[in-house]
Amino acid sequence: MAGRGEGGVISLRGRRRERSQTARELAHLSDEAVLALIARADDQALAELYRRFGRLAYGLAFRILRDDALAQDAVQDAFLGVWRAAGRFTAERSKPSTWLLTLVHRRAVDLVRREERRRTEPLQPESEFAGAEAADEAELATRRQTIREALRQLPSEQREAIELAYYGGYTQSELAERLGQPLGTIKSRMFTGLARLRDALGEDARAQFGPG
Amino acid sequence: MDDGSLHELSAAYALDALDGDELKTYEAHLAGCERCRADVASFRETAGALAYDVDLPPVPETLERRILESARAERPNVVPLPRRWVIPAAGVSVASVVAAIVLGIWVVHLSNSLDKQRSRNRSQNAIVSILSDCKMTPAEGASARVCIAPTRKAVLAVDNLESAGPGKTYEAWVIAGRRVQPAGLFRGGAGRRYLRLTKSVPMRATVAVTREKAGGVSAPTGAILLRAEVKPS
Repeated sequence: MAGRGEGGVISLRGRRRERSQTARELAHLSDEAVLALIARADDQALAELYRRFGRLAYGLAFRILRDDALAQDAVQDAFLGVWRAAGRFTAERSKPSTWLLTLVHRRAVDLVRREERRRTEPLQPESEFAGAEAADEAELATRRQTIREALRQLPSEQREAIELAYYGGYTQSELAERLGQPLGTIKSRMFTGLARLRDALGEDARAQFGPG
Repeated sequence: MDDGSLHELSAAYALDALDGDELKTYEAHLAGCERCRADVASFRETAGALAYDVDLPPVPETLERRILESARAERPNVVPLPRRWVIPAAGVSVASVVAAIVLGIWVVHLSNSLDKQRSRNRSQNAIVSILSDCKMTPAEGASARVCIAPTRKAVLAVDNLESAGPGKTYEAWVIAGRRVQPAGLFRGGAGRRYLRLTKSVPMRATVAVTREKAGGVSAPTGAILLRAEVKPS
């Protein structure tokens, strides 16, 4: 079957080819540029953003929620949040990936707080990646190693507060109760711990994660 | 709660670890506290880095389709392109966003040789400069528009024009009175393509596009595929 039908009507195969061509072109753009196209209602740009961060977004949501259906809901809500508000995104404040992951995290935390049964389970132990594409895998592994190393440098009580809050979805009040510590102590551990983490990530992290 | 305690909450806020009254109080404080907003922004970046330390289980294949279908269903809610393309005055990062869009789509097929890279950067800057302040004229015959800067320099943007095909190119023309000048070549294809016209576009001129043999010609031979008539402003 030819790529194009009579009278210039593009056949299905032609459309597929054009879509894949569009995808190849979008693959060269910066995250900021992809977001600018999303702000112009370009759904192929949204697909490109998903291609870049969908797996990570799902991994984060799944770690917090430990439930496939809920994790999918969180990821969908986050991407639709980007779709609706991309025009209001300001690149000076943050990176597109940070914004997206913030939306995923917030939504996942909202959902996990409604699902009380999960709160009593221990946090999922860390394990190795499964089956990522090689190039993505290498980049993700590098970033993962960087943040893991930075976390290791924190005093254990600060690391615990940050991990329980971020991956467990606990509020600081819940953490105070769970850890048997005054609320002020938890606040202080979170602030000092996150500030240290920010410093430990330093230039290396700014290059990888921070505003650029 | 005093201001010192509130400042300290920027970390918990960035980790989404506030709720209830504490969250409301902090958000009210945040609205008027530049220091806290800066703290939250930097802590969000740090928290975003934490997202990379997770397992990556296989993502259900249906999720992407589900997201895209939902997004398409919402499309009417999205604000369309403004008539006048204005780049927000916000410095380098926004300019680089626009530059990346313009150039990324337009010249992505160019090789990465240094010379071409330099040429690409010049072309990119020129397009961005024009798009930063130009008046748009829609075209007839295809989904396209010409945006003309006060200097009369112009950019032609064409959406999803069928690829010119082997041995062929699209050629833009600036027609002013009886004078017809070639104004640049492009290949077409999916997505939005940008071409900086190599000729200025005077008032009451027409910008047109024909399909010609590869390399272009000095006077149009093909049928006019799209045309935009520039009206006096």
